[in-house]
Amino acid sequence: MEKRINTPLKKEALEKLQAGDYVYISGVIYSARDAAHKRMYETMLDGKEIPMDLSDNIIYYLGPTPAKEGQVIGSAGPTTSSRMDKYTPLLLENGLNGMIGKGKRSKEVIDAIIKNKAVYFAAVGGAGALLSKCIKESEVIAYDDLGTEAIRKMRVEDFPVIVVIDSKGNNLYEMVENKKI
Amino acid sequence: MRTLHTDDIINHVKEMCIEANLHLSQDMKEAIQNAKELETATLGKQILNQLCENMQIAADEEIPICQDTGMAVFFIKVGQDLHIEGMNLTDAINEGVRRGYQEGYLRKSVVNDPLIRENTKDNTPAIIHYDIVPGDKLEILIAPKGFGSENMSRVFMLKPADGEEGVKQVVLQAVKDAGPNACPPLVVGVGIGGDFEKAAIMAKQALTRNVTKGSSLPHIREMEKELLEKINSTGIGPGGLGGKTTALAVNIETYPTHIAGLPVAVNMCCHVNRHVTRIL
Repeated sequence: MEKRINTPLKKEALEKLQAGDYVYISGVIYSARDAAHKRMYETMLDGKEIPMDLSDNIIYYLGPTPAKEGQVIGSAGPTTSSRMDKYTPLLLENGLNGMIGKGKRSKEVIDAIIKNKAVYFAAVGGAGALLSKCIKESEVIAYDDLGTEAIRKMRVEDFPVIVVIDSKGNNLYEMVENKKI
Repeated sequence: MRTLHTDDIINHVKEMCIEANLHLSQDMKEAIQNAKELETATLGKQILNQLCENMQIAADEEIPICQDTGMAVFFIKVGQDLHIEGMNLTDAINEGVRRGYQEGYLRKSVVNDPLIRENTKDNTPAIIHYDIVPGDKLEILIAPKGFGSENMSRVFMLKPADGEEGVKQVVLQAVKDAGPNACPPLVVGVGIGGDFEKAAIMAKQALTRNVTKGSSLPHIREMEKELLEKINSTGIGPGGLGGKTTALAVNIETYPTHIAGLPVAVNMCCHVNRHVTRIL
């Protein structure tokens, strides 16, 4: 089913999303991948503040190519989510409501998604040129030294994703694997 | 003796880095287009449509097809009658990569030490495989390799008794394990025989072969066909979201091996299977 959502993504809105839904996201989302996750995780364990408020927000697992003059951002498709699994439960405990990436998640992450009522979306891997057109503004807000892995605040319009794991733990990849789809 | 200056090599390598990241080869484009026509799953078809649209935008607006512009992998054939003037050939190739990734606005994805992990900021060093061949030409093949799929690649040291069935079984298992992570539809590169590293290098080389052309060996061509059918009946589909397009091709390379062994390497590649060749 096709749906449209806006950020900030509140629990009431995300609870209506079901595994298999094709969703267009509009509003502000944040980019963070491997190195930014490691740093946020260690910062939180040290009891210090991370660069953005996670509450009701969505993180996009992204490391874009550099923008040319006149471009908002370069190629901007999703990276493999499982590398973020180690860090994800802690972020979910601290208010993160959504993640955009690609590929399977660990049991710990799926449990944390159910417990905290969050949602995991997949964007189409390898469609970075197309997806970059949906990003209307982009600004590095933290960890500039990480280059492509810095944290970006981005405004997206009708960014296309698919719900893979919904807040009840229904999992589209598992349904495909078990040929229930 | 023919002489080639490394300034020329640097320039060609620079251009090839950029070209490979903006345009797929004609056979890859056609394979994705054909899959789009044949796919029947709704979500699967929608994703293949996005991939076709993505290729068009990449070419028209010169935005890399994928943000993972890869580690630059080279297969170089050096004619033994060629004299190379200027700098060291490896340094020249790396200089070309440095300029190509900078001037082409490509992502710098290489870290200098696998454990300390500081970005080298110019995507060097490249991974270069050299071969000495007859003649006085230099053949350069670049295949920028993304790591979403690279991470799902495997080497299996099978027993000779495992035979053909054993090989098919591990290739199929590797594809199932890769699932959505490797960005299907895949091109599956397989190396059978040789030793531990030869199998892996052949698997990578297999990815650079035209996806519409089967192996020249009849029994291997049969195995490629059978494996492709089996992989596409897993139902994994485009993006791992269901459908019959899980792989676009299975390309297998073989080499003689030891009486005690049957090495098999499976190098996964996503649908952004990039490679460009130039002969200088």
